[in-house]
Amino acid sequence: MMRLYVEGVGLLGPGLDGWTAGRAVLSGAAVYSAAPTNLRASELLPAAERRRAGVPIKLALAVGQEAILQAGRDKQTVATVFTSSGGDNDNVHAINSILVTAPREVSPTRFHNSVHNAAAGYWCIAAGTHEPSTSLCAHDASFAAGLLESAAQVTVDDAVVALIAYDHPHPEPMHKARPITAVLGMGLILAARKNERSLAMLEVDFVSGTTPETVMQDVALEALRAGVPAARGLPLLAALASGQSAQLCIAYFAGHHLNIRVTPC
Amino acid sequence: MQPLVISHTTIANSLGLGSAATLASLHTRRSGLVPCAFEDVDLETYIAKVDGLDDHRVRADLSAFDCRNNRLAQLCLEQDGFVDAITAAKDHYADDRIGVFLGSSTSAILQAELAYRRLDPQTGVLPPDFHYAETLNTYSLAGFVSRYLGLHGPSFVVSSACSSSAKVFANAARMMAAGVCDAAVVGGVDSLCLSTLYGFNSLGLMSRFPCRPYDAERDGISIGEGAGFVLLERATAANTPGAMLLLGVGESSDAYHMSTPHPEGLGARLAMQRALASAGLQACDINYINLHGTATKSNDASEGRAVADVFGASVPCSSTKGWTGHLLGAAGVTEAIISMLAVEHGFVPGSLNTQRVDPAMTIDYRIENSAGSISRVLSNSFGFGGSNCSLVLGRQA
Repeated sequence: MMRLYVEGVGLLGPGLDGWTAGRAVLSGAAVYSAAPTNLRASELLPAAERRRAGVPIKLALAVGQEAILQAGRDKQTVATVFTSSGGDNDNVHAINSILVTAPREVSPTRFHNSVHNAAAGYWCIAAGTHEPSTSLCAHDASFAAGLLESAAQVTVDDAVVALIAYDHPHPEPMHKARPITAVLGMGLILAARKNERSLAMLEVDFVSGTTPETVMQDVALEALRAGVPAARGLPLLAALASGQSAQLCIAYFAGHHLNIRVTPC
Repeated sequence: MQPLVISHTTIANSLGLGSAATLASLHTRRSGLVPCAFEDVDLETYIAKVDGLDDHRVRADLSAFDCRNNRLAQLCLEQDGFVDAITAAKDHYADDRIGVFLGSSTSAILQAELAYRRLDPQTGVLPPDFHYAETLNTYSLAGFVSRYLGLHGPSFVVSSACSSSAKVFANAARMMAAGVCDAAVVGGVDSLCLSTLYGFNSLGLMSRFPCRPYDAERDGISIGEGAGFVLLERATAANTPGAMLLLGVGESSDAYHMSTPHPEGLGARLAMQRALASAGLQACDINYINLHGTATKSNDASEGRAVADVFGASVPCSSTKGWTGHLLGAAGVTEAIISMLAVEHGFVPGSLNTQRVDPAMTIDYRIENSAGSISRVLSNSFGFGGSNCSLVLGRQA
C-alpha cells in the first residue's frame, strides 16, 4: 500500500472549467451542464512555444498550473508524470495525411510536437524545471498507470509529483477506430507528507482480480468518465470534491485495478 | 537505490538476432547501417534495418497485434533463452507479480501510415484490418509483450522519445521498491516508419552518410530499428555474487527546447550526477561511458561538455550508434545491453565511422576497440522534449 497526500487539483473539461467550478459540480452542489472545453493558451510559455502549442499542451499546462498554484508549490521543484492514451492526435493525423501525399513535407514543429512527451517538454520549458519527468501510456488504463507511477515516485523517491492526465478526440478517420468523446485534462499535486495545504490522504494499492469500478452518479458525467481515458480519474476528483471519506476502484488491465482509499485531511 | 539483479537479457537489431550477433559485430566492427531501402522512402540516407520482419508474423493467437513493431518485439523475445527465463521466473514469482515496463517512441505508427493509404474511397474509413488498440496505441507494445509472455503484473509504456527505454529501468526499480511487483521485464522496441525518417529529415538532423558520432565533420543521425529486453529481480545473497546489476538511475529535464539539447549540457550533467548519486558512486568508479552520441552537431557538443564536466577526460567513452544507428525509443535498453556486454567480455567498444574526433571535445573518446577490465559503466539516453536518463550498470564494487 502506498500512502500519499493530495495538495492541489487541476481540472479542465467540457462544462468543468477549472477545479473551483468543477468541484461544485462533482460534489453535487451544482448541476452539470456540458459545454465545450474552454481551452486557452498558457501565458507560462514563451511566445514562440505558445504559437506551437496544440490541444494536449494547452490542457496539460492549464491543469498543471492550476493544481500547483493551489498546492503553493514552486514549479521548479516538482517532478512530473504525464499520462495520455493518445498524445497529440491532431498532429499524428496531420503527419499521417502528409505522408500519403507527395512531396512528404512534414513540418519540423509538427514532427517534434508529435512525440508522446511533447506536453512534458513544453511544461518543463514553461516551468523552468530540471526535475525528472515521464510520459506514460496504458490505453484505457492510462490514468491508473499515471497514478500508480506517481504514487511510487512519492513513496520511494519522496518526490513531490504533479500527475497530469489529458486526452482529446482523434480527428476522422481515426475517431471511428478509437472514439474519445471530449477534451479533458486533470492534474493532481501529490506528496509524501501532510501539510497545511493537504486536501486528502490517498492509500493506493494495485490489486489483482475483478471488482466493479467506481462510476459517476450523474449520467452525463459517467458518459464523460467512460468516453475519455483521462476522465477515468473523475471518481477520485469527485471524492476529493465531496470532502468525505471514500473507497474507490479504478480499473487497470486484465481484471486488475487500483484500490484507492480517500481520507480528507 | 537498492541494486537490482539483471538476470537475463535479449537483443535484436540490424547486427543480428541475439546477444552473440551484436557482440560479434562489435568485435569485428561490422556496421548494420546500409543505404536506405525501406517501403517507398525517397530519402538519401542510411538506415539500420532488421532482416526478415516483412515475412515474420506474431503468434497466431495474438494476430490482432501483428505489425512491424510487435514482430520485432517477438523476434527479440525468442532470442537468448529469454522466454525460458521468464517461464522460470513465473514459477518463482506469481505471474501477476512481474511487471512489464517498456519504452517506445513511435510504437506501430507505420501501421497507421500504411492504413491511411487504404482509406475507403467512398466513406474515408480506415481499412477493417486496422487494429487501433493492438497496434497504433502507444501501449500496444506492453500489451503484446505481456500477453506473449503470459505476464499479468502492472504494465505501461514510457514514451519520452529517445530516453524511453532507459527510463523504464527507473520505473521498474520504483515499482519493485514500492512492493507493487517482485520482478519486472523492462526494455523497448522501435521500428522503422515514415514519420521518423521524414520528420528527422525535416529538422535537418539526418545524415546522408553512415552517422559519425563525435566526429569533427559529423552531420546527423542514421535511423535504425531494434529491440531489447531484460529481466530485473531483487538482489539477494544468493543471486548477487558475480551478477550483473542495475546500480543507479538518474533522470532530468533540460527545460530548454523541444528538439535541441541544452547547449551547456545542463540536463545531461544532472542525469549523470543523479545516476552516480543513486548508485552511491563517484565519477572515478566508472570504467566506460556509452554515450548517447547521436552524431548531430548539437547533441554531441552538449553531451561532450556535460561528460567533461562530470568525468573530465579520465573515462573511456564512445557512442555505438555507428553500429546500430539511432534506435530512438529502443536506444536506451540496446545500449544498456551493449554496456553489459562490455563488462562481461572485458572490452571498450570504440566508434564506427568516426574518422577524426571533434577537437572541441575534452573527453577520452575512443575510436578503436580495446581490451580492458570493466566493472561499471554509465549509459546515456537523451530525448526530444529535453528528457534525459543515465544508467549505471555493472558488478558490485
